[in-house]
Amino acid sequence: MSEIQSIQTARPRTESAEPDIVVRDLTMAYGDFVLMRNLNFVVKRSAVFIIMGGSGCGKSTLLRHLLGLKAPASGEILYGNLNFTHAGPEAREQQLRRFGVLYQGGALWSSMTLAENIGLPLEEFTDLSGAEIREVASLKLSLVGLKGFEDYYPSQISGGMQKRAGLARAIALDPEILFFDEPSAGLDPISSRLLDELILEIRDSLGATIVVVTHELASIFAIGDDSIFLDADSHTAIAQGNPRELLEHSADPRVRRFLTRGAEGEPEAAQGGKAGK
Amino acid sequence: MPAERKAAAPSSVTFERGADSSLIVHLSGVWRMRHGLPTGDLLNRELMRTGQVRTGEIRRVVFEAGDLADWDSGLLVFVTRAIETCKARNLDTDISGLPAGVKRLIDLAEAVPENKEAETKADRRPFVERVGRATINYFDGLDEFVAFLGALAIAFGRLITGHARFRRVDLMIEIQDCGARAFGIVTLISFLVGVILAFMGAVQLQQFGASIYVADLVGIGMVRDMGAMMTAIIMAGRTGAAFAAQLGSMKVTQEIDALTTMGLAPMEFLVLPRVLALVLMMPLLCVYSDMLGILGGAAVGAGMLNISLGSYMRETFAAIELGGVFGGIFKATVYGAIIGTAGCLRGFQCGSSSSAVGDAATSAVVTGIVYVVVACGLFAVLFNILGL
Repeated sequence: MSEIQSIQTARPRTESAEPDIVVRDLTMAYGDFVLMRNLNFVVKRSAVFIIMGGSGCGKSTLLRHLLGLKAPASGEILYGNLNFTHAGPEAREQQLRRFGVLYQGGALWSSMTLAENIGLPLEEFTDLSGAEIREVASLKLSLVGLKGFEDYYPSQISGGMQKRAGLARAIALDPEILFFDEPSAGLDPISSRLLDELILEIRDSLGATIVVVTHELASIFAIGDDSIFLDADSHTAIAQGNPRELLEHSADPRVRRFLTRGAEGEPEAAQGGKAGK
Repeated sequence: MPAERKAAAPSSVTFERGADSSLIVHLSGVWRMRHGLPTGDLLNRELMRTGQVRTGEIRRVVFEAGDLADWDSGLLVFVTRAIETCKARNLDTDISGLPAGVKRLIDLAEAVPENKEAETKADRRPFVERVGRATINYFDGLDEFVAFLGALAIAFGRLITGHARFRRVDLMIEIQDCGARAFGIVTLISFLVGVILAFMGAVQLQQFGASIYVADLVGIGMVRDMGAMMTAIIMAGRTGAAFAAQLGSMKVTQEIDALTTMGLAPMEFLVLPRVLALVLMMPLLCVYSDMLGILGGAAVGAGMLNISLGSYMRETFAAIELGGVFGGIFKATVYGAIIGTAGCLRGFQCGSSSSAVGDAATSAVVTGIVYVVVACGLFAVLFNILGL
């Protein structure tokens, strides 16, 4: 079976699935500056949900809110039956253990080897012995194609490998929800594509819900089941839905312009200058 | 290529009245930034000089570059400046006489209008308001400090009840780093401080033939204050700065976020082992420093004052009391807590850039030393009242 097929056939089996994440009237602000207001969306279980928008529109900030790293100015975030925004520290910590997060640069702990990085959550949250933890860490590394790199420090491997190792750590505890912050940033097109395939593979095999912050169009169309489009100028979400359907049916020029890389939608002011070169 | 023909001609601007109320600006010569450029104000001055704008005799400005030899961004700077001048005076401009590359770049530069919001970033508020804001920010910072201390206290509470989550190996690494690895510099500095104290005392005491009391001076001085103080200053520069830099760069690379979202409290996982290691090691380093300081004094005594090592030590042991020694050790422990907390706090407050990491390290050292000296003063008063 070719890899291309696997991407195209890995379509959602989630149409009727119950919602996993519910965001209600979320307003995000830094001090007095409101970044986004009135965000309302639902992420269905086992879906690949894309948070997209131009640079600086608040995609990563929305992710920080979903992870509880930043408190909403107003509104709330629910995971299943848990009101995450108003939950006590114990309940939040319980919920956090169901998450896996791949940060933009991998965010591996630089003082630990790859095996220790992956082993740390296992060490803290399971009763596995040292040898067993090492075995699990090796397995997770082999899943991302890094078998044999157990005793390397993050600084000794390339950026793309760090990212994959970060993914291995994110899936260490078999999370129910996986968050990706700009997974393709800093990767070459092929590595980026392989990471997309890996994301789909994890969704299909672990049944995890996937939330991806990205502006990489190729990724968006390849893996997205559902999406939200954040617009920096109007400070809110201006489109939601399957990205491919948005491309076909959205009437909003701002969305069209983004999804077609500026070829359609509003005329770009600088186009004259670029065309002249 | 015209550049080769007229390479020597410097950049120059000449003005000429053209037909249909226009002013023709002739640009010629080599326009390279490294050769220097005519001031961008030339057109403005020319327009002011003739005064023909007000009378309506000039309504257009035409740029001509027939004799232009070679150009780079320097020409662009001049032309865009000139176009702005024309706009301000409601004059039409015609740049069709310029090289095609210049025209395209000017179009590109004008494609996106100037962002007025971005320009107001610079603080042009009145002085009083800025002082007020700085004061408010300072007190907001104090909130953060108190919150950090509270969180640290809770973490210590969890440590005592056995709930704190951190790796034992991290604690061991920190202990090694701020204990054993600090021996070298503590040895050197403490020995020299002992020598300096002895010299200072010797000069005065020799005049009275009381050289033996150098031992009392050095012994009491080191044990009660200088040992703890010097160790604290060394550790603030060495370990406090390292804590801030480590935690700061972990914040920049989102490693701290990664801990939080894994359900591991950074306060327990990162701060606790560091502060704990410093609190455990500072008293030991202090005792070591005391001994080295006394040794330094003894060296001066033996080498300069002809006091035998035996009588110097006897005098020292007679002078220092156990209470003083424990007082010094207690101070060192408190200093350790201050330095560790300041280092970790500044690391956590670090912004998200590499220069912010440097600022955090600097600030950690300054904060650490300031609070250590303040604490030293308070201890002096307190111990005096208690009669220790």
